[in-house]
Amino acid sequence: MRIAFVKREKAGFRRMIAVRTTAMLLALASVGMIFWFYGADPVEVYREIFLGAFGTKTGVSEVIVKLIPLLLCGVGLSLVFKGQIWNIGAEGQLILGAIAATGVGLWVPLPSYLVIPAMFLSGFLAGALWALIPAVLRAKMNVNEVITTLLMNYVAIRLLYYLVYGPWRAKEQWGNMTWSGFAQTAILPDHATLQTIPGTRIHYITLIIALTSLIFVYLLMNRTSFGYELKVVGDNLMAARFAGINISRVILISMIISGGLAGIAGVGEIAGIQHRLRPGFSVGYGYTAIIIAWLGGLNPLAVLVSTVFFSGILVGGSYIQISFGMPVGVINMFNGIILLFLLASEVFLNYSIKLRR
Amino acid sequence: MNMTFYESIISTILVSGTPLLYSTLGEIYAERSGVMNLGVEGMMIMGAVTAFIVGKITGNLLLAVLTAILVGIALSLIHAFVSITMRGNQTVSGLALTMFGLGLSSVIGIKYVGSPGISFNPIRIPFLSQIPLLGPLFRMDALFYLSIILAVVMWYILFRTKIGIRIRACGENPAVADALGVNVSLIRYACTAIGGGLAGLGGAYLTTVSAPFWGDVMTTAGRGWIAIALVIFSFWSPLRAIVGAYLFGGIEAIQFNLQAYGIPTDILGMMPYIATIVVMIFSMSGMKRRFGAPAALGVPFVREER
Repeated sequence: MRIAFVKREKAGFRRMIAVRTTAMLLALASVGMIFWFYGADPVEVYREIFLGAFGTKTGVSEVIVKLIPLLLCGVGLSLVFKGQIWNIGAEGQLILGAIAATGVGLWVPLPSYLVIPAMFLSGFLAGALWALIPAVLRAKMNVNEVITTLLMNYVAIRLLYYLVYGPWRAKEQWGNMTWSGFAQTAILPDHATLQTIPGTRIHYITLIIALTSLIFVYLLMNRTSFGYELKVVGDNLMAARFAGINISRVILISMIISGGLAGIAGVGEIAGIQHRLRPGFSVGYGYTAIIIAWLGGLNPLAVLVSTVFFSGILVGGSYIQISFGMPVGVINMFNGIILLFLLASEVFLNYSIKLRR
Repeated sequence: MNMTFYESIISTILVSGTPLLYSTLGEIYAERSGVMNLGVEGMMIMGAVTAFIVGKITGNLLLAVLTAILVGIALSLIHAFVSITMRGNQTVSGLALTMFGLGLSSVIGIKYVGSPGISFNPIRIPFLSQIPLLGPLFRMDALFYLSIILAVVMWYILFRTKIGIRIRACGENPAVADALGVNVSLIRYACTAIGGGLAGLGGAYLTTVSAPFWGDVMTTAGRGWIAIALVIFSFWSPLRAIVGAYLFGGIEAIQFNLQAYGIPTDILGMMPYIATIVVMIFSMSGMKRRFGAPAALGVPFVREER
């Protein structure tokens, strides 16, 4: 007797939910086992994560705060991934957006009402440009974009470090004496920071931009000829070529949008939360967004749901880091396992499993 | 030129290049069989942390290295299961493995950050180590010598034996290989495991030779990705991998030496990554079809149902 996979019709919505939920539960159980080896009661850990994220008003508002960058990155990634264009560089594009916004906010002389729009614009452009380099290499020379986008994350982090430890480092001043302070820039002037909903850290302007971009990308994917071309490129590159689709154009445009949205996420973090550039301001939003896009089945509306879930893990995860003494990396572990289970479960969507004699 | 300066540069090049060589060799086998495993970074760092911990606790270097190899194999089998048996997307599965490895290593390594471990001593090969200029090549650690031998052996197996033909057939045209009676899944599993074991070993080199410290994610600092790029640079040939690995070892050596000239560390720190991108551009533009990637790389093999 052997197990055979038989190709089946595309799975319906209910089957998809059932398969994905099962995969998630199995993933959570596996992570639980690691917690158990670590000497922590898994039930207790999960309870803490859930209550930390959704149990209090502060928790919920923090979930929304984390949702903003994750949604921006996740929506952009679901667009490029649809075309099987592997932008793994959202983290670096986010950092570039943050750098550009800080530069504009601190030093570009503009009427104060123009500063915020200029920061968002420059952040979008910086993220888009950072994504454009690997996009051009892929489109024109077929250089593997997984590796280039990823390597550019390392370059972006080094650039950030260079700036905050070097030329952009703020001077501390006391009387006539000045000296180099912490590795961070000076604080942004008030007109370069975003307002928040009172009593929370929710910078609602970026949230609105994120939700708008979600609708924009949804329409782009489902209601335009570009969206159709993107899907053909993703499903079958050969067919796309024969159909006369301009593949380079599809790659470049989708990468510009995805990089730009990640850049905007960086602007939001700086103008809305940090109010200055400093190392470690992003806790790997760009990487988490990869799983968010995948879990959402590359559908922007479903991506919203998966974003809420992962913002919850980020917020709740910060509680367990404190109370169980776990490193920041625990989030990465979580993400990796969930993604592996989701991938392995995909087969149940596209194939029926039959036992044969 | 000052002799000690010369020697220190050579040894920096070799020490920086060797972990890359191991990981590149492993990934060459995986990709030759048709499996792209982007989890190299994750497997390397797990190899690095387990070798460090086992070495520190037992004081036994051999055990440390063996553990790292086994851990690498175990992780690669996750990727093999997801992408070969369950036909999941290879790109995403490899990425997931990297995330998992980075996360798990930092969870199990947290208690060891900053504390010193144990390391291999150099072995001086009699007579050879006295040759002028070439001498430093023969004053290296055991794992260095092993890596060179391995590269040659792996090249021989891949291009001069029947097993090598089978492996390459699985990567070029799995349907034909299957028709000729080759067990495609088995070969792909085995090659992925070889890739994992060697990535684990490459990681072990970092914490048992290069620097006997556990520095969390900065221990590998993207070397797994550089190794994947080197696979392309070496046109999937184990012998060319030697050239690629030591070229990058050279870049790290230059990086160390330029610090003396007041160039900021972080600007120098960008060099390996930018160099990798540049090298990828040149490899792609210089690539002729016959040197190209295995035709079925990344494509799951599905036998037609009868």
